[in-house]
Amino acid sequence: MSTILAVLVDGVIYASWLFIIAAGLTIVYGVMRILNMAHGSLYALGAYAAASLAGAWLRAGFAPVGSYAMLVAAAVVVGLVVGPLIERGLLRHLYGRDEVVLVLVTYALFLILEDAVKLVWGVESYFITEPYGLLGTVELGPLSYPVYSGALVVAALVVGVALRFGIYGTRYGKLLIAVIHDREVSAALGINVNRVYLVTFALGTTLAALGGALTAPTVSVVPGMGVEVIVLAFAVVVIGGLGSMPGAALGALIVGLVRSAAVHFFPQVELFSIYLVMALVLAFRPRGLFVAAEARKI
Amino acid sequence: MNGFRRTGLGLAIALGGLAAAAPFLPQWALFLVVISLAKGLAALGLLLLMRTGLVSFGQGLYFATGAYAAGVAANSLGVGDAALMVLGGGAAAALVAALLGLLLARYRAIFFAMLSLAFSMILYGILVKSPALGSTDGFNVSPKTALGVSLSTGPGRYGIYSLAALGAFACALAVDRYLRSYLGRLAPAVRDNELRVEYMGASVRNVVHLNLIIAGALAGVGGAITALAVGHVDPEMAYWTTSGEFVFVAILSGTSSVAAPFAGALVLEALRSFAYEHAPNSWQLVMGAAMLAVILFLPDGLWSVFRRRRRTAT
Repeated sequence: MSTILAVLVDGVIYASWLFIIAAGLTIVYGVMRILNMAHGSLYALGAYAAASLAGAWLRAGFAPVGSYAMLVAAAVVVGLVVGPLIERGLLRHLYGRDEVVLVLVTYALFLILEDAVKLVWGVESYFITEPYGLLGTVELGPLSYPVYSGALVVAALVVGVALRFGIYGTRYGKLLIAVIHDREVSAALGINVNRVYLVTFALGTTLAALGGALTAPTVSVVPGMGVEVIVLAFAVVVIGGLGSMPGAALGALIVGLVRSAAVHFFPQVELFSIYLVMALVLAFRPRGLFVAAEARKI
Repeated sequence: MNGFRRTGLGLAIALGGLAAAAPFLPQWALFLVVISLAKGLAALGLLLLMRTGLVSFGQGLYFATGAYAAGVAANSLGVGDAALMVLGGGAAAALVAALLGLLLARYRAIFFAMLSLAFSMILYGILVKSPALGSTDGFNVSPKTALGVSLSTGPGRYGIYSLAALGAFACALAVDRYLRSYLGRLAPAVRDNELRVEYMGASVRNVVHLNLIIAGALAGVGGAITALAVGHVDPEMAYWTTSGEFVFVAILSGTSSVAAPFAGALVLEALRSFAYEHAPNSWQLVMGAAMLAVILFLPDGLWSVFRRRRRTAT
């Protein structure tokens, strides 16, 4: 009984983390048709920025509670600086090219960002554990969980609700949906498609960085931390359906639960269970669980 | 002189060059050439796929299969000769490609890339968790002879080198012959318009499947050669970054010549060896920037520079 509870709780925590990252990947693909291989590097960038910013905050002797705001601020800074830089500087010149070409371009971007991170922050690891320890732990029946993990789940829910409201409940979200359905007609109707792309990519970058920033307190921030994340996020969005936001949520939940079940029951299949699910979904529903054969939505 | 003969002559000259250079090369340079040839073989397979309009982010799967098959053949089946191990590696990878191809041949564009990525990550996960295959550490591979010559004697130090050069020569020649055959010429047609190919009476799926198998076999041979040269195999060979490296070489070389992937791999390995020494933290950055430049300005690869010049000269 307690094992099943542990599987569920672990799975949901892992899924929350995955959802924040995968939501950014899927929104960029949904709007811009770019499968961003550099997403994992943006995640790493967020983690480094968070470690630096929150570290500086704590060293300056301000109230430790503020370090949470610093984590989020770091993600926003990365999103607003690096996102537009990449979109304006590089991707803008490539719209309309083949999707596969864009995958290769973002792969090149991944190589560049991996080393850019090393050049800026060096190769040593960073630790920023205060936000993690500060919240203490909570007893869930026989199990004890860090409250910070609960905060991560709340953060994922907030991100999910905010995206849902932003896309369906605001004027800008409606413009976004129009661009998703038809870029050219939207442009002809007077929507500034270039700006929609810019905002979308900045948003996607912010979400990737937020995933990294919220992870930073729980791990050591080291070079190469984004390399594994990108294939995990791919698995999530492919399972749910590329470009589908509910799909990303479902995919994250599936991957989270599969992984935690594998960890608890069959540790030897932990690493590939996720990719096995991804391959199975691709084999039977190539466009993912949440995407109909033709119509696209987000 | 027709195109095939000209390529054959060019490749023979390159092989002669490799043979002539061998006595003057230090051990590290021999190793560098062997690794380049091995990675060039995997990239040559990608060239075939790219001519069909497919980019695989999972060639590491076949690379690792070939390497592990060679290792298992040596350690468990008692195969002592390096040439047999290479053949075994290629055959094992071709078999895996034939099986997975049943599914993969139905996919295109990013779905193909994603599915091949998923398969290679599955193999990575299996290898990491297989104690019999050494888990994350992998295991050592030590061939005794290469083409019947003992590797422990004086001329033996060129054994793997000769094997890699001959293997790469034979594969490049065979692929060039294939590209000029009926089936080989169908590949660009599939990339341009699948429907038209079907109307002409050819099976698109069979063409894609065949190219997948050949590409897998080439990567397997490359993996086996790498295993022999390094004397060690590990799961990293199946990780997606290894596959990404092959994609990098293939993009850099373009799809116009069977020699280009080897040249591209040699440039990459040489660049990396020097960069490791002088700028260990920025060589990927240079790689990425070079790749961007090629995609943006030379969509047919670096090799197309020579070709364009030749065309304007004549």
